[in-house]
Amino acid sequence: MSDFPNKTIERSSVELTKADFVSDQMVKWCPGCGSHAILSAVANVFPKIGYRKENFMMVSGIGCSSRFPYYVNSYGFHGIHGRAHAIASGVKIANPDLSVWIATGDGDSLAIGGNHFIHIIRRNLDVNIILFNNQIYGLTKGQYSPTTPMGKITKTSPQGTIEHPFNPGELVLGAQGTFFARVIDNNVKAMTDVMFEAARHDGTSIIEILQNCIIFADKTHDAITNKEVRDEVQLYLKNGEPMIFGKNRDKGIRLNGSHLEVVKLGENGITEKDLLVHDQYQQDPGIHLMLAKMAPPHFPIALGVIRSAMYPTYDDLVKDQISHAKENSKIKCVDDLLNSGETWEIE
Amino acid sequence: MNKQSNFIEKEDVVVKFVGDSGDGMQLAGTLFSETAAIQQGLDLATFPDYPAEIRAPHNTIAGVSGFQIHVGKKKIETSGDAVDVLIAMNPASLKSNLKWVRPGATLIVDADSFDEAACAKAGYAVNPLTDDSLKGYQIIKAPVSSMARQAVKPLGLDVKSADKTRNIFTLGIVFHIFGWSLDYTKKYFESKFKKKPEMVEANKLVLEAGYSYADAIEALASPYHISKATLAPGRYRNITGNVATAWGFLAAAERSGRPLFLGSYPITPATDILIELAKHKSLAAKVFQAEDEIAGICSAIGASFTGSLSLTTTSGPGLSLKSEALGLAVMTELPLVIVDVQRGGPSTGLPTKSEQSDLMQALYGRNGEAPLVVIAASSPADCFDYAYMAAKIALEHMTPVILLTDGSLGNGSQLFRIPKVADLPTITPPIAKANDADYKPYKRNPETLARQWALPGTEGLRHRIGGLEKTNVDGNVSTDPANHQLMVNLRAEKVERVKNYIPEQEILGEKQGDLLIVSWGGTRGTTQAAVENLQAQGKKISLAHFNYIDPLPRNTHEVLSSFKNILVCELNSGQFVNYLRMKEPDFKYAQFNKVQGLPFTVSELEAKFNEML
Repeated sequence: MSDFPNKTIERSSVELTKADFVSDQMVKWCPGCGSHAILSAVANVFPKIGYRKENFMMVSGIGCSSRFPYYVNSYGFHGIHGRAHAIASGVKIANPDLSVWIATGDGDSLAIGGNHFIHIIRRNLDVNIILFNNQIYGLTKGQYSPTTPMGKITKTSPQGTIEHPFNPGELVLGAQGTFFARVIDNNVKAMTDVMFEAARHDGTSIIEILQNCIIFADKTHDAITNKEVRDEVQLYLKNGEPMIFGKNRDKGIRLNGSHLEVVKLGENGITEKDLLVHDQYQQDPGIHLMLAKMAPPHFPIALGVIRSAMYPTYDDLVKDQISHAKENSKIKCVDDLLNSGETWEIE
Repeated sequence: MNKQSNFIEKEDVVVKFVGDSGDGMQLAGTLFSETAAIQQGLDLATFPDYPAEIRAPHNTIAGVSGFQIHVGKKKIETSGDAVDVLIAMNPASLKSNLKWVRPGATLIVDADSFDEAACAKAGYAVNPLTDDSLKGYQIIKAPVSSMARQAVKPLGLDVKSADKTRNIFTLGIVFHIFGWSLDYTKKYFESKFKKKPEMVEANKLVLEAGYSYADAIEALASPYHISKATLAPGRYRNITGNVATAWGFLAAAERSGRPLFLGSYPITPATDILIELAKHKSLAAKVFQAEDEIAGICSAIGASFTGSLSLTTTSGPGLSLKSEALGLAVMTELPLVIVDVQRGGPSTGLPTKSEQSDLMQALYGRNGEAPLVVIAASSPADCFDYAYMAAKIALEHMTPVILLTDGSLGNGSQLFRIPKVADLPTITPPIAKANDADYKPYKRNPETLARQWALPGTEGLRHRIGGLEKTNVDGNVSTDPANHQLMVNLRAEKVERVKNYIPEQEILGEKQGDLLIVSWGGTRGTTQAAVENLQAQGKKISLAHFNYIDPLPRNTHEVLSSFKNILVCELNSGQFVNYLRMKEPDFKYAQFNKVQGLPFTVSELEAKFNEML
């Protein structure tokens, strides 16, 4: 299937449905939590991807997001705080025929698991990371996280945080990420679409989901998601298309010298031709980084697939080295090894 | 051959090459060992003595590198207490090693290197070759540098290249002292420098020059002679503990049919296992150099979930970092082997020195009630066997296993009788069958209590596990008090039942008597040598050397109950003895401990044992 160029993962011989991936466990997230919609998107996309249902594997760390594997009927592993990427690395390297999905949060991946997060990306291991970014520690009841906006009052920052938050996209591209997408938890269709794109991508795919925590950080993404403003501040990127947004689709993004700017179509003779055309497959991450960093009030936020560049994957390179060694080495079994080099017989 | 005839017949001899790191001491030592084993048919054990610094300043104590070899006709268990022949390339190496040298020993020194500056740098006020300070040794003051240069002069080699052969000149002297032929070493040069004929020639010339020099000056009044050892028939090789560990795992992977996965982060003195396994991709070994110790073990746990023989290798500080993930492996009841090549601690401690001080960490260093299997290797060669057993236990009992070795075992070498993989015990992991309608994640084998291993990709076995407590059998998340108690008990009982699958504890010597020496892990060479020496004198002393720590062998109580006194010897402040006090409280234990980053010496053990008898 041309949609999945390099994948060797076995495809399902029967058509699967959402019901094939719903587990028998009671879902214990708070009512109104964005995770419910994310779960729905995952259950939508797995049958669409079309692999055998036994070839899906969910891995997670710790946090609200990390309860995810229990709710998906697949092979699943609920790990320890921050270590989902390390566990998933072992899973994928040991068995590259699995489609590996990681459910993780801003605390899990960007604080305690930051090291594993940047290194799995650097290696470009072919896994899919769903990063639930609600800008708060939910499971421990409301402490600030590495993505909490500066100045925000939380239980551990009664006078407001004094830390500069991470922008996950910036971090992903800084770690040489080959795939980065951003979506909002209230848009199941968009989530399903980028998850499908992530599955198609050979390499580490990161999907940042701007998620609402209704209890501890309600409306944290309000400046982007509020019905009043959302059309003016959300730019859905489509590969090969000019970057246009706004309720009346009258605004666009233009490259002016070395930086981006928002322009109004029709003003000062600006037409669609002046706008940046999205190229998610571009190897150079320069524009992707600028897009990932855009944020209100001066810019819209970029949503959809920001980057999807082709690079060799770690798991493919492991396979290549092993087959090369098997062809070229004189050592074919452990007996060969034990008797290699300097040995001698004693009668 | 040596023209002298008044040889002294020796059972065993300890030789040590010392010099600046960069003087080729490891090569000289390796060549001496191979010649001893292959050409002379001797048994041996070796130990390299590296400085922690890669290239410390020239001619300083900090930069001294050494290689010790113990050869003999008798069974060689250790790399030797005291040195009989010391080859010292400069004043610093002589100064820092003289304390390990037996009185009356032979010292071979490069007299050319003992100039005023070098002596001063080593902290000698007066050149030790010119005063009485080395009285009591047989000293060969050979002008090694100038004679090596002289020897290669016909080849037109520059001084720098000529000086690189100094180690080979001393090797020539040593071979003369032992009356050994130069044939093996010459052949070695021919194959090693196949593409550089001038290097073959230079090394041969210098080797011969060293030999002739010793012959001309009649270096020793009475040269040594060691008869051939009587080793069990078979094919042999020399092997270090770290390589043997790596190979034991490769053998277990092949025998079990489970692919090998190692997730590891470099740390002294364990790194060589990682390096060795990384070489063997032709055996499909997947080796992942992780970003840190935690990723090392976590990746191994992930690989284990998918059905690999999964390993992580480390030393003490790394084991500390892996603690939380060890608990995860206990909770998920997955097979995993963690190798701790122990070094001196705490903290960074003594990275290049050896200790047994991680035992309590291995047994208990986790949150919660988190039992796992702990076993320990006891010689460089048996690292192979215990790595194999660690893998077998992990795979068959679905449990993490910690294998303790140490820096001395890992870097030391010994002759290894090569086994056939087909002769090794079978390994049968409890892999769940596809579409098994009765499969449940925590359903257990009634005998071993091991759960089944359901590998991702298998039809009909989709399931979820993780670090949260689960219900027994069904494996659903549960905080039910009675279920937690049950699971805690089951995890402990599963580890305890491994007792039924490991050998009984052996006793070296009489099964009862006045004094039982107890030791464990890497000290076996020295405790066994000391006990055998006293047994030869007719003393009622026996040795129980433990390799299986948790669980202890099923006859442990019986072994301990048959002696009037028990002395537990270990290279820590008393960790195993306190473990025994807890597990086998009916006995009174005396203890002998040393925490200096050094192995026991046979003589200090004998002195202690005699005190107790």
